[in-house]
Amino acid sequence: MTVHFKQDEPDTRNLLDQGSQGVIGTAMSRPEGLAKVTGTAPYSAEYRFDDCLVGVLVTAPFTKGRITGIDKETALAMDGVVAVIDDSRMTARPAQGGAGEAPQQSPRQICYYGQPFALVVATSFEKARHAAKHLPFSYEADDVSDIPLDPETAETEAGDGGMQAGDLAHAMATAEHAVDVSYTTMGHASAAMEPHAAIAQWDGGRLTVHASLQMPNYNISELADALDLTEDKVRIVSRYVGGGFGSKLGLSEETTAAALAAMELGKPVKVVMSRQQVFQSIMRRSESSQRVRLAVDAEGRLTGFGHEARVSNLPGEEFAEPVLQSSAFLYAGENRLLALDVARIHQMTAGSVRAPGEAIGMPVLEAAMDCLAEEAGIDPVELRLRNIPEKDPGKGLPFTTHELADCLKKGAEAFGWDSGPRKPRQNRDGEWWIGTGMASAARVHNVAEAKARVTLNADGTARVQSDMTDIGTGTYAILTQIAAEMLGLDPANVMVELGDTDFPRGPGSGGSWGAVSIGSAVVIACDAIRQSLAKKAGIDADDLKLKDGKLQGSQPRSLSELLDGGNMSEEGHYEPGDISDDYTSSSFGAFFAQVRVNRHTGETRVDRMLGAFGFGRVLNEKTARSQCLGGMVWCIGSALTEALHFDPVDGHLVNCDLAEYHVPVHRDVPDLEVMLVESRDPAASAVQGKGVGELGMCGGAGAIANAVYNACGARLFEFPMTPDKVLADMPD
Amino acid sequence: MKPFDLQRADSLTHASQLCSERNAKPIGGGANLVDLLKLEVERPDRLVDINRLPIAGIERMDDGGLRIGALASNTAVAVDDDVRSQWPVLSRAILAGATQQLRNRATTGGNLCQRTRCYYFTNIDQPCNKRAPGSGCGAIDGVARLHAVLGTSDQCIATYPGDMAVALSALDAQVEIASANDRHRTVPVREFHRLPGDTPWKDNVLEQGEVITAVTLPKPVSGRQIYRKVRERSSYAFALVSVAAIIDMADGLITRADLAFGGLAHKPWHDPRIAEALIGKSPHEALFDKAADILLEDAQGYGENDFKIPLALRTLKAVLAEATGVQL
Repeated sequence: MTVHFKQDEPDTRNLLDQGSQGVIGTAMSRPEGLAKVTGTAPYSAEYRFDDCLVGVLVTAPFTKGRITGIDKETALAMDGVVAVIDDSRMTARPAQGGAGEAPQQSPRQICYYGQPFALVVATSFEKARHAAKHLPFSYEADDVSDIPLDPETAETEAGDGGMQAGDLAHAMATAEHAVDVSYTTMGHASAAMEPHAAIAQWDGGRLTVHASLQMPNYNISELADALDLTEDKVRIVSRYVGGGFGSKLGLSEETTAAALAAMELGKPVKVVMSRQQVFQSIMRRSESSQRVRLAVDAEGRLTGFGHEARVSNLPGEEFAEPVLQSSAFLYAGENRLLALDVARIHQMTAGSVRAPGEAIGMPVLEAAMDCLAEEAGIDPVELRLRNIPEKDPGKGLPFTTHELADCLKKGAEAFGWDSGPRKPRQNRDGEWWIGTGMASAARVHNVAEAKARVTLNADGTARVQSDMTDIGTGTYAILTQIAAEMLGLDPANVMVELGDTDFPRGPGSGGSWGAVSIGSAVVIACDAIRQSLAKKAGIDADDLKLKDGKLQGSQPRSLSELLDGGNMSEEGHYEPGDISDDYTSSSFGAFFAQVRVNRHTGETRVDRMLGAFGFGRVLNEKTARSQCLGGMVWCIGSALTEALHFDPVDGHLVNCDLAEYHVPVHRDVPDLEVMLVESRDPAASAVQGKGVGELGMCGGAGAIANAVYNACGARLFEFPMTPDKVLADMPD
Repeated sequence: MKPFDLQRADSLTHASQLCSERNAKPIGGGANLVDLLKLEVERPDRLVDINRLPIAGIERMDDGGLRIGALASNTAVAVDDDVRSQWPVLSRAILAGATQQLRNRATTGGNLCQRTRCYYFTNIDQPCNKRAPGSGCGAIDGVARLHAVLGTSDQCIATYPGDMAVALSALDAQVEIASANDRHRTVPVREFHRLPGDTPWKDNVLEQGEVITAVTLPKPVSGRQIYRKVRERSSYAFALVSVAAIIDMADGLITRADLAFGGLAHKPWHDPRIAEALIGKSPHEALFDKAADILLEDAQGYGENDFKIPLALRTLKAVLAEATGVQL
């Protein structure tokens, strides 16, 4: 039976707090952890099938134009080559997250350098790779001087998220203090540890694909659409995903290619992207240029708030990095202007990379707030506290829980924030200038439709099933805990099965909505089971106390007795309702950082960093904390090192591996401190929680930038703040 | 990866012989070569596995110097007690490079022969005179952030990427080379790597069939030994600028100033005029500026890497200040 819950208003039942097992929220280790660290958890490319062929994608070595011919005969004559797939159904770019339909399928029309257009299939990986490198093809490439590559000069279109209220220009002109500052951020890669990989099998009637994907619930529609199959003819399995970061939200090129090859050849076909292919053909985060205008009165209260941004994407792509997403509600100011433009350029697809929007919008806003704090002579923490709005200043809606003030105060205290007058270049340790900075964190809260089946067996075990994924975030752990808490079971007796589209549709992992959405579906299913158990026991459901596999009471009864040897199975269906018309909901937090900047070389290292985060209920203290830690590491990378570099002549990405795209290494990451500021948010979800997956990287790069200024006096307006930029601006 | 013939050498003579035939390459740890094989930047017809040759030892020589076998791993050299106590700049330079896993694989000879990480060299679909002579240089008008500012040519602006060789250059180490017919020669590290000129495909002076057998260090000298590497992130990144320095003082005067620089050129950069300008002088900031002027007088930036010129100046001054105790 399916139990449907559409959340049109706050869910004050607070079901999870009625459990008796005492496991929810605890720092339970991942149940699949041992399998992962012992290499026995199979990732997509690791399934073994007899007669499995291997395909390698062939990519375009030019930016824009047309493939006019492919010499299959020459390739087929090479050792071990079985086929050259150039089916017109191959997908030429990844689907955007949640598209639910095939992305562009004209593989021979090349729109960006590195676009896949064919697949060479051979009996071994080495043979396929060699043949793919030497597949002869002809092409007509457009003159590079005619191809728009520079967002600065390319044509732009207006993107979503703009708004205007009052008169910002007037507010700026009449303000007691004002800042008008412009920034740039460079593009970011979404490359996860596990490259994009798929193994497809076709049994003549149905396609099964083991693929590394974040959202099988959408990917099944995308793949079926690409192949002209009905969804019942497609099964996607993504049990373990070695990192997503947005790069696996949508169907990507290797999965379609593997499926087409398997259908044509009647044998399993495996396709794994090389690291360079992942960088060149999967989602990038757009670079941006941003302007922030802030006006305050004599008390430091915002009267004007402007945030404008220009991002880029391929022509025809609807996605535009939503830079202004949290600027819409984070701070007060009655005169408001938000505007987003999208430049149309021919680089690989821009899409959702971890914390799309806030990842680059918040650091810039928070760096600008630091300029304002200095201009107005107000402590940066105090400036933010004075400007937390009562209601969403754009929509006029109340917030669900709002943790910003709490996080600012608690974070400042734990960090030892000095609220005295601030001046750069006050502390030195030998060659190093030492400084501190802070920033607010905000990430819009999203929920998505989700279904999960929960089966309680007579032996006191339970099974949870959904096509939801665990992309390293801890889904297996939290669903184990939710079911164990609701049904009164030892977590060891709960089996969670994920990532298989033969199970009920989950929400997919993306946009920080995964845990709370699928968690709500599991709560709903478990609640239905609890109702049935109460009925069988002849008691009111509110009095049902389940613990350690027994109905507690004066005379404890075992579950098997209650179930009478049978089992109970319920499908929980959570649906976001109209509640978003009534509330603005966001997770909040605060970052505090101390950095050191070398006075000779401009090298910057983070000494320590603290993040305080509020997102309603904590489902698992360990996995939530880990999400925050990971986010803070991204803050360090985006503040100091991470940048996609594109060739100015033909626009190809030059630094397409993890040696040259500089994510932080262990030595760049100091002891990070995470404070979880817990509450219950009944309007956010049926688990009273909000999203946390991306929150840890929404603003922290700004705290580091502000600390760089406080340390050495270099006020930089470009991210990342590499030594060359620091040196150029550092006073002698 | 282009199919190749794999041969295992059982003696040095055999190795030289195997390497002199066809388009052969010796392979030690393969830390750089295997990557380049996969990318088809390197396309040898034959690989000669030299890992069974008895040239992995590290031993003191009669003159007080040290012979480091070509197959000694970077890790083995970096943790060697003699190296750490007598030639610490070498240990520090090695530890500043790559990662522990790579250093465990990488050999001394292979490290000297590692190839540039220029983005255009490693992308076979882009022009590169080093990889494909006559195809042009993608970097000169392209992303040249990591590229050379000294000794460039209009053919190539690539840098030599390593750290170890920068320290070896400062130490004035020698490279022992064997070739077919049991001919041996010794080349100073300072002359081992080349500038690109009109033949950028030649990284160094090795001829076909020649195999590095050892690197020798002269006997230890007194003085401060410093290796300073400037980079965006604190590990697993190539140098923007690096400086290896051995500086000694007596009676307030500089008596030794052996300096070499990484990240600036197609080879570890050594300019004997810098030592001449420093030796016999009392250290002070203006003197350091003069040394930097000598280093950088012919420096030429290519836009994105212009910053390396002031960065090299500042890093050199910081190193000299650290070595001599002068406050900047």
